[in-house]
Amino acid sequence: MDLRFTGEEVAFREEVREFFRSALPADLRRKCILGQRLSREDIVRWQRILHAKGWATPAWPVEWGGTGWDAVKQYIFKEELYLAPAPEPLPFNVNMIGPTLIAFGTEEQKKHFLPRIARLDDWFCQGFSEPGAGSDLASLRTQARREGDEYIVNGQKIWTTLGHHATWCFLLARTDTAAKRQQGISYLLMDMATPGVTVRPIITIDGNHEFNELFLDDVRIPVANRIGEENKGWDYAKYLLSHERSGVARVGLCKMRVLRAREIAAQIIVADRPLSEQARFRERIARLDVELKALEMLQMRAIAASAHAQAGKPDPMAPILKIRGAELQQATSELLLELAGYEAMEFDIDFVRGKTPQPAGGEDWALTVAPNRYWLRHTSISAGTNEIQRNILAKSVLGL
Amino acid sequence: MDFELSEDQRLLKEGTERLLAERYDFEQRKKSLAERWGWSGEQWSRYAEMGLLALPFAESDGGLGGSVVDTMIIMEAFGRALVLEPYLATVVLGGGCLRFGGSPAQRARLIPRICDGSLLLAFAQAEKQSRYDLADVATSARRAGDEWVLNGRKRHVLHGDCADQLIVTARIDGDRRERTGLGMFIVDADAAGVSRRSYVMQDRLRAAEIAFENVRVAADSVLGEPGAALPLIERVADSALAALCAEAVGAMGRAHEITVDYLKVRKQFGTPIGSFQALQHRAVDMLIKVEEARSMAMYAAMMSDEPDALERGRAISAAKVQIGHSGKFVGEQAIQLHGGIGMTEENQVGHYFRRLTMIEFLFGDTGHHLAALAKQVVAI
Repeated sequence: MDLRFTGEEVAFREEVREFFRSALPADLRRKCILGQRLSREDIVRWQRILHAKGWATPAWPVEWGGTGWDAVKQYIFKEELYLAPAPEPLPFNVNMIGPTLIAFGTEEQKKHFLPRIARLDDWFCQGFSEPGAGSDLASLRTQARREGDEYIVNGQKIWTTLGHHATWCFLLARTDTAAKRQQGISYLLMDMATPGVTVRPIITIDGNHEFNELFLDDVRIPVANRIGEENKGWDYAKYLLSHERSGVARVGLCKMRVLRAREIAAQIIVADRPLSEQARFRERIARLDVELKALEMLQMRAIAASAHAQAGKPDPMAPILKIRGAELQQATSELLLELAGYEAMEFDIDFVRGKTPQPAGGEDWALTVAPNRYWLRHTSISAGTNEIQRNILAKSVLGL
Repeated sequence: MDFELSEDQRLLKEGTERLLAERYDFEQRKKSLAERWGWSGEQWSRYAEMGLLALPFAESDGGLGGSVVDTMIIMEAFGRALVLEPYLATVVLGGGCLRFGGSPAQRARLIPRICDGSLLLAFAQAEKQSRYDLADVATSARRAGDEWVLNGRKRHVLHGDCADQLIVTARIDGDRRERTGLGMFIVDADAAGVSRRSYVMQDRLRAAEIAFENVRVAADSVLGEPGAALPLIERVADSALAALCAEAVGAMGRAHEITVDYLKVRKQFGTPIGSFQALQHRAVDMLIKVEEARSMAMYAAMMSDEPDALERGRAISAAKVQIGHSGKFVGEQAIQLHGGIGMTEENQVGHYFRRLTMIEFLFGDTGHHLAALAKQVVAI
């Protein structure tokens, strides 16, 4: 056992840092620092920069555009990305549908989609949740009726993150209505431009538009766009969800927020002294630092274990990372909110959404902290609520 | 970066756990508690036979050249079994003083005797007024010709009652809390002027209050540089903290296992109480706290080797804070999930809680280490 980074890993970190320093456009970096939301164009532009460098999809197999980095290097890359701070590559493409296609897609599907997914020529959204199927995902009711070479799909999806930007959707639909629950579900790729697809925005408590509802009325999806076997979609989705969870801790993002808080606290003067000198503030930072270090070490242990685990076997630690990652994302956003004080009160949605580079007035960084604090409540709800994660751990690890 | 145990480390873990599984159940432990020093001499000999007492010492000193990871493995196993023997006092603390500060002659004189189990040491550091401040030392050491003369009182000396030799911190010059002016002395526990009061701690381990009245110490029994011993004291304390973190992980991990097992067999309302979601989630929260503590104990072990005192201290403090939070939660909830039976002396889960509560104090509690970390948070 040796938990130190090797010389090669330290050098790799420097290489990645240097790349981000030179390749990350200043306007994107500024948005990330200020906590503004990114436009579709922002995300595509950054993905193409990464793609040109060959770093768009580090975790994929080399033959499909991966970098061949081991898990530690992938982790270093991710951490430096958050610390830059740079936009996160679209998880639906890079972490979810890409790996699913690589594992279960046909040669043709892989050849067609993977390059387009990596370059973000195709933008995927996730069509899993339904109004009646949240935590109980297997109760989904969207139906896909086979008609010749096509499925006719009818139903409704919800919480479709960035669905309004998407050109494609990977969705689960019931292909055998007689089968019970997890059986009888198929995994389909749907062109969002297909007639019968309606996207309706859901505005969240932060005043922003990230979620959508998806209405599917007699949408025709070619059978060729099914992944794997009919009625086996649940297995593929489960594989995908385990991928989703392992990336969810986002330690680097939390670290970046704590660093920001320390910078900002030095500028805020309370009773003629910088806030950063207050014992209570310092203790709060110290406490968060400890929690983040523990999460980071948990993440590193999971990475190390993944190198020894059988492929495709879900990591028993992954739900812990999801739970603590979500909680610390929330805690670090609350820290910034507390620092802002009165300055957090002004609602300037155009600035938050990055539509105006400068705010109408007020402190630029402070205008985003309340919306981000509101928005980040989603982290303990989405991708399997933290309570569902606890159910999974109780069953799979504790045997209860 | 590698979290896997090597083949040797795996064997050490299995060997230690097997020994404790065979020889250290709750009833056997009770018998050991009734022995003269509150632990088993027979068991101590077994540790010596297995090489556990020799493990952290350099081969050139007669040891086995083990690493911080080996100590972590042993301490975690000891924590799981609530081991009573003075491993921390003799091997980690006393042995640490010798490893980090002993002259070749001192190491040659004492380390082989630690390894074969014939020498017991204790670290006499804390005082009534010092609380957790390692520099706060009122016990004095005055030079008298070739010798030193010690005067003062030490408290909470872990296993100080049975120790053959005491390693004592004392002030050579300077004000009471000054960071310079400290010395470290090896003192024969039977020397004239040494008097000990043995006492039982809340977790039933033993400690002593020790008075030194004009105790004469030969020049060759000074450890390290007289007047500049604080870095050595800190290093020893940090390595003890790393070991205690591992012990705490063992204790809370075992308390958690016992609790989960109980949830599976205890029935109420006609069903195992482990089928209730409120209790399942509590058990999972305990698991998370254990795993966070384990992660930080690994981090502490790795960093306890770090020569940069500031870096090392920060990492060790962070680990102790995590252990404090985790230990409190896991200990409390282990009892809560057992219900009334968890409150009883006959049920082992409470014994884990007692030990975890005492570990919280040793070499600084959560508040102490959090304050140390907070002090280092500077504006950037």
